[in-house]
Amino acid sequence: MLSEAPRTAPARILVVDDDEALAEMLHIVLESEGYDARLCHNGGTALAAFHDYRPDLVLLDLMLPGRDGVDVCRDIREESGVPVIMLTAKSDTTDVVDGLAAGADDYVPKPFKTQELIARIKTRLRRHVVADSDNDTLRIGDLMIRVNEHTVRRGDSEITLTPLEFDLLLALARRPRQAFTREVLLEEVWGYRHASDTRLVNVHVQRLRSKIEKDPEKPEIIVTVRGVGYRAGESKSA
Amino acid sequence: MRRWLTRLNPLQLWSRSLPYRVVTSTLLAAVLILMATGWFLTAQSVQGVMAGKTQASLAEASSVVTSMQRDLSATDPRTTSLGERITQLTREAANRGKVGNQYFVVVETSIAQIGTEGVASASIPDSIRAAADGDGLWSTPTVIRFTDSRAEEPGLVVAARLVAPGQEPYRIFFLFSTAQEQQTLAVVQQATLATGLFVIVGLAVMVYLISLQMLRPVRDARLAAERLAAGHLTDRMKVTGTEDLAGLARSMNHMAAELEHKITELEHLSAVQQRFVSDVSHELRTPLTTIRMASEVIHAHRFSFDAASGRSAELLAAELDRFEELLADLLEISRFDAGAAQLALDDVDLHGLSIEEVSGVQRLAEESGSAVTVLASGNCVAEVDGRRIRRILRNLLTNAIEHGEGAPIMVQVAGDEKSVAIAVRDHGVGFTVAEGGQVFNRFWRADPSRGRRVGGTGLGLSIALEDARLHGGWLTAWGRPGEGAQFRLTVPRRAGDTVRSSPLPLIPDDVKEDIDAISS
Repeated sequence: MLSEAPRTAPARILVVDDDEALAEMLHIVLESEGYDARLCHNGGTALAAFHDYRPDLVLLDLMLPGRDGVDVCRDIREESGVPVIMLTAKSDTTDVVDGLAAGADDYVPKPFKTQELIARIKTRLRRHVVADSDNDTLRIGDLMIRVNEHTVRRGDSEITLTPLEFDLLLALARRPRQAFTREVLLEEVWGYRHASDTRLVNVHVQRLRSKIEKDPEKPEIIVTVRGVGYRAGESKSA
Repeated sequence: MRRWLTRLNPLQLWSRSLPYRVVTSTLLAAVLILMATGWFLTAQSVQGVMAGKTQASLAEASSVVTSMQRDLSATDPRTTSLGERITQLTREAANRGKVGNQYFVVVETSIAQIGTEGVASASIPDSIRAAADGDGLWSTPTVIRFTDSRAEEPGLVVAARLVAPGQEPYRIFFLFSTAQEQQTLAVVQQATLATGLFVIVGLAVMVYLISLQMLRPVRDARLAAERLAAGHLTDRMKVTGTEDLAGLARSMNHMAAELEHKITELEHLSAVQQRFVSDVSHELRTPLTTIRMASEVIHAHRFSFDAASGRSAELLAAELDRFEELLADLLEISRFDAGAAQLALDDVDLHGLSIEEVSGVQRLAEESGSAVTVLASGNCVAEVDGRRIRRILRNLLTNAIEHGEGAPIMVQVAGDEKSVAIAVRDHGVGFTVAEGGQVFNRFWRADPSRGRRVGGTGLGLSIALEDARLHGGWLTAWGRPGEGAQFRLTVPRRAGDTVRSSPLPLIPDDVKEDIDAISS
């Protein structure tokens, strides 16, 4: 599931937006920032373009002709953990939560500044280089995380996580006794300098729990700390 | 309803409760009428009974006097002592009166008083003594008193004259007891009173029930109106009863139908409006994003342009910022107008938040020369939407810096049991009382000719006020020309409460005036 493309090649970004002017502008900006970009203007052909182009990251508008952006996001998530950043004009509606729940890693509300967008893209692409050589194996709950391998195991079975979910779990596992506020997690995992939309954290913790918890209703690995945020659950021998 | 009835005094009840008014006025009228008729009834019966008694007494006395006079006239003074004779006659008359307790007799001679044993002479009023010296029979009411232990009783005295040959005339008095008649009259009076009471109580109950019955449609209408007001637009009244009452129900139902129609229409319009705003938002934001990115590309290359094009690129970028801010504020305001704004609540330490926001505007404050200090007291944690509170505070701070003339700015945070308040005080130009009433108006500017340094869309304080209201809180403004201004935000500690008092004063402590307060 991880991109094995050589680091020297420019990262490929698929832009799915029905507004051709914006898509073209995004293309210009992304190319000038050193990325390789391809455009797709229709939700119906987005998945085909995704298969064909094999991008490292997807910029996805939520309102699309053909197939709704949220559905496209769900389709992509079903087969890949490639980072998806939503472009949305309605940041305050349930659209955002729907998109996040469908597996989008982050969102950028329109109208955005170029630097804002590039910063978000860089955060989502950068994550592979960080590795703690001294502490390659981490335990959280009854899970075993191998940082360099980017794998999470419960016993012998491997749990498939998206890179973002892996980062989130890793952040909690690295300091097991610390309670993290949503703001701190936003900074560590999403790279936001200032407090932003805590819905990002809430939705992704839910998604992560549904994958790693035995009973997501009674989480044991990622525990909610009332009035603060989250922390890793007590470690158990696997 | 029942609860407030008990708390009202009669005057308030009079003005509020229709049944109370109907019952009291009916009762007042009934009491007056019953008093008049009762008085008339008892007066009539007293007159009738007493007249009968007087007549009977006079007849009795007359027959006794006639017989005594005859016996007395037949007496020969040469053979019989007149004194003995009159004593004997008096005793006979007294004995006759004793039969059936009819009357007592008193005869006054020039030297003595004889008659029924035990009757006090005080029983005979002086007025009738004089009358007795004339011809005929006289009568008057009196109180019969006794020389022994018998209780006095009401009575009637009849006076007459007995003439004896060659002697002074004797006065003779008959004392008839009217106790029996008085007792009868008392019974009549009691009966009248009891009847009156029965009538009044019965009338009160009846009138109350009738007024309730008359009022029931009115109350039904009220309940129907309240249910309409509570949003049950499909509720209707039952059309029954007389023409007037059925008419009321029909009118209410007609009104309800009209209301339902109008509200449905308005709801539809509002939904259309909200969707329109949302669509506009999407439609405007996408091209704005493109323009913004294009402008940034151009802006990045402005140094390779000639002077005019370079400056144009700068202006384009700067004005796009303003345009974007304005669009964001407009959309925010339209969300408030559509009632679509919602709170994302969390426990937030407003002191910490204030420090963060102050450090956020530090650069701006330094540029204008204002030092900003934060002072906190009490527990400043409240259940609020942190994003909105930040926005309010940022607005108040930039306002204070813009109008603060470089003088120090003080941010006070304080909490009491129920609420938490933040006050931002500047010592700048301030504003007049009249202007204070307008500071929260959309696009209002104190002095249109005044340059705008910090920027702002003119919607900041309007949005801040809406944000405060959304929390159930207050945003108040105080200002004096030349003495600066203070804006105070007060929010309830627990979401859902409403603010009743603020831990911080509206007028800053350093100002010793108690007027010129503008609240909103």
